[in-house]
Amino acid sequence: MAGVATWLREPNPTSRWQARAGQGYLSWLRFCRNPLAMIGLAITVLLVLMSLFAPLLAPHDPIAQDLTHRFIPPGTPGNWLGTDDFGRDIWSRILFGSRITLYIVVLVILTAPVVGLIIGTVAGYFGGWIDQVLMRITDIFLAFPKLILALALVAVLGPGIENAVLAIALTSWPPYARVARAETLTVRNSDYIAAVRLQGAGAARIIWGHIMPMCLPSVIIRVTLDMAGVILIAAGLGFLGLGVQPPLPEWGMMISSGRKFLFDQWWVATMPGLAIFIVSLGFNLLGDGLRDVLDPRSAGR
Amino acid sequence: MEQSDIPGHQAPLLRIARQAGATTAQLLVTFIGLLAVTFIISRVVPIDPVSALIGERATADQIAEARLRLGLDEPLWRQFLLYVWQALHGDFGLSIKTHQPVIQEIARFFPATLELSTLATIIGVLIGIPAGVLAATRPGSLPDQIVRLVGLMGYSMPVFWLALIGLLVFYGDLGWVGGPGRLDASYDMMMEFEVTQYTGMVLVDTALNGRWDMFANAFSHIILPASILGYLSMAYISRMTRSFMMNELGQEYITTARVKGMPERRVIWVHAMKNVMVPLITVIALSYAFLLEGAVLTETIFAWPGLGRYITDALLVADMPAVLGGTVVVGAVYIGLNMVSDLLYRLADPRAR
Amino acid sequence: MTLLSVRNLRVSFDTEAGLVEAVRGVSFDLGRERLGIVGESGSGKTMTGRSVLRLIRPPGKIEADAMHFDGADLMAASEAEMRALRGRRMAMVMQDPKYSLNPVMNVGAQLTEGLRQRDRLSAGDARRKAIDALEAVQIRDPERVLSAYPHELSGGMGQRVMIAMMLIPSPDLLIADEPTSALDVTVQAEVLSILDGLVRDRGMGLIFISHDLRLVARFCDRVLVMYKGRVVEELAARDLMQARHPYTQGLLNCLPRIGGSRGPLPGLDRNAEWAR
Repeated sequence: MAGVATWLREPNPTSRWQARAGQGYLSWLRFCRNPLAMIGLAITVLLVLMSLFAPLLAPHDPIAQDLTHRFIPPGTPGNWLGTDDFGRDIWSRILFGSRITLYIVVLVILTAPVVGLIIGTVAGYFGGWIDQVLMRITDIFLAFPKLILALALVAVLGPGIENAVLAIALTSWPPYARVARAETLTVRNSDYIAAVRLQGAGAARIIWGHIMPMCLPSVIIRVTLDMAGVILIAAGLGFLGLGVQPPLPEWGMMISSGRKFLFDQWWVATMPGLAIFIVSLGFNLLGDGLRDVLDPRSAGR
Repeated sequence: MEQSDIPGHQAPLLRIARQAGATTAQLLVTFIGLLAVTFIISRVVPIDPVSALIGERATADQIAEARLRLGLDEPLWRQFLLYVWQALHGDFGLSIKTHQPVIQEIARFFPATLELSTLATIIGVLIGIPAGVLAATRPGSLPDQIVRLVGLMGYSMPVFWLALIGLLVFYGDLGWVGGPGRLDASYDMMMEFEVTQYTGMVLVDTALNGRWDMFANAFSHIILPASILGYLSMAYISRMTRSFMMNELGQEYITTARVKGMPERRVIWVHAMKNVMVPLITVIALSYAFLLEGAVLTETIFAWPGLGRYITDALLVADMPAVLGGTVVVGAVYIGLNMVSDLLYRLADPRAR
Repeated sequence: MTLLSVRNLRVSFDTEAGLVEAVRGVSFDLGRERLGIVGESGSGKTMTGRSVLRLIRPPGKIEADAMHFDGADLMAASEAEMRALRGRRMAMVMQDPKYSLNPVMNVGAQLTEGLRQRDRLSAGDARRKAIDALEAVQIRDPERVLSAYPHELSGGMGQRVMIAMMLIPSPDLLIADEPTSALDVTVQAEVLSILDGLVRDRGMGLIFISHDLRLVARFCDRVLVMYKGRVVEELAARDLMQARHPYTQGLLNCLPRIGGSRGPLPGLDRNAEWAR
């Protein structure tokens, strides 16, 4: 183990691979020194584990109703977060709900940044009227408040998890396009791009092979910082009944169903909200820490 | 030779005006693009606009007549031009649910949202800026950690949940504030008949009428939702203020001010702050716009008769003209805020003039 | 008569990478004369200048056995006492007016700020004094410069404004930290001669910080040569050519000379021993 650490800390690396691993190791050390970022990482890992092992961890069926056990308050053995109006165990529902949340987040971050990256790099690389048109379209989408555009889209497409994902993805790509375009503009005229062009590489290969990799770090930072926002919008759609449909245990929808009993059975609405809060706080802490490590220039922003 | 480096000083306002003109043209393009998006959405909608308007049991003649009136027989591009033309004149059609012109309904609902988000922004600015400055001047200290954490928590909370918890604690348990709605039920009628409505904003109208009892009641109702939205805006503003301020405090002109023997208070609040305000203006405008969005969910919970609730209520009954009209208006407000912040930015930064 | 005396000054920064010592035990005395501090970047010359004003921000730390300015103990002075000394009695001109002037305040506001805030002068009096100060640095159109913003000035103009601003209260000590390095070569001489004249007329003490050994030798009475936070040699400017320390000789040799040999200039030879 000590051997690996010295190999990683070697100030004069013998291979590119060792240099890169060494850099990564140093970043990791810097990341570890930030306790808040570590908490964020722990929460994120915990969320992934929870959703993977939900069937093993959940003490009850998240959907089966049991009207004899309605509104059991939290702290009761067997239902330590209490039960809801249909007698379903809230903890089990939150566990299974984490799968839905993660599913939405993963689908959105697999689509929106990719679309944004393509549009941004193409606009930045070609410039001229292509840039004008693409950026004007980006501006138009930015002019809509995210949630309201998502609402209008879901209203058209009909409620449901896939449509919610589609609506969120359609509203979240413009910032990525902006970031990618800005990065592209800074590298477009650099000598190494000129060198690649002189070798006869086409636009597609330059963008794909040489420009996009340069944009990745800033896009990744944005992605981690955006994940919390995606969770909140998804929960908002669920809360308005436009996301996942019952009886699936989506967190936002669980809050909305607990609203009717807010003053008498407070826990029904409170517990899933806490889950959303903790998870998105985790993503925010993680994103903040990552940004401090990967992009020290803008630390604190 | 040196002297000629200074440009004339009579022109900056003129230059600002010209740049504002260019910005306006750009924003107009954005606005038309926004209409294109809602237009596409409205034509994709599975709801037939004709049967929605005149009912299911209309005769063939009535349907043909309605189609003609709505311009549905025209080619799409002419329909779009008509749509843009009407939208620019504030015509978004009739609400399917109430059969009232959408624009009139929006005009009735909008002041409530404006009142709420303005108060929230004021709260966010008044707390957020000092908190951000405090954190920036003592990086790594306990106050800094607290400001950062409280800010991040604001970023992470679902606003509708926070609103529910706020209602549960401050209204349900403690009884410190008024509940949902803009006034107690007993005052609602009075508001209708005894108060001249100048602006549609309850706090302003009651104050203008000198009805301080009603003002106090309205205040007790608005303070909780405004604080909750204000917390979100504070989270954003304090975070950005902190980062801008830290950046400025590292600049050389700050050292100059200290060399001149200026007290730290003046170094921070005059020298650095004047520079921080430049990017912060955009941030405040953005947070204001962002609150319109937060208002959609908050208004639902506080039974607040604002634009957000208007849109969500319309959504639930698939009243598309109302939804799209509301969306366009919110988008237009966004664009307008952009324009205002752009103008203020140019006024605050001599280099941008 | 000694204006400033510094004994065993140390400046250190506690950073993530460990303790960095920028200045390690510097001592010198200054009368109403011109003292040059020379060294390459990172030698600690700027930090030495700023510690005299106590303008090192955390995590930087200043320590010294003694640091006295005209009878005042700079190490023991409170922040308020330091503020009273700064501006009125000690001033500093920095490298690049592009950064050292506040970009969103006009020149007039920055020039009169000290007079209005500190000396409580009326707006009219402060303005008159500011115009006088601008004329003293040979600005021909002071009225117009007063209402200009820093980005509207050229580098040479900006630096003259900076000098005017710092000399308004007639300080006893001026620290000039690379005052001409950011300027075009053609204006450097002009700005230097203005600075020279003012310092001479008013009988101020001057600490002139630069990396340019010859410039310092021409301009100052005495020179400190710094290397890695230490003073490696102190000598009278006229004796510069007889410098004994190999580092000083190295600094001298890597400059081209008219009539010198046309071969490649020697690089700077650094010896870890000197830093001990």
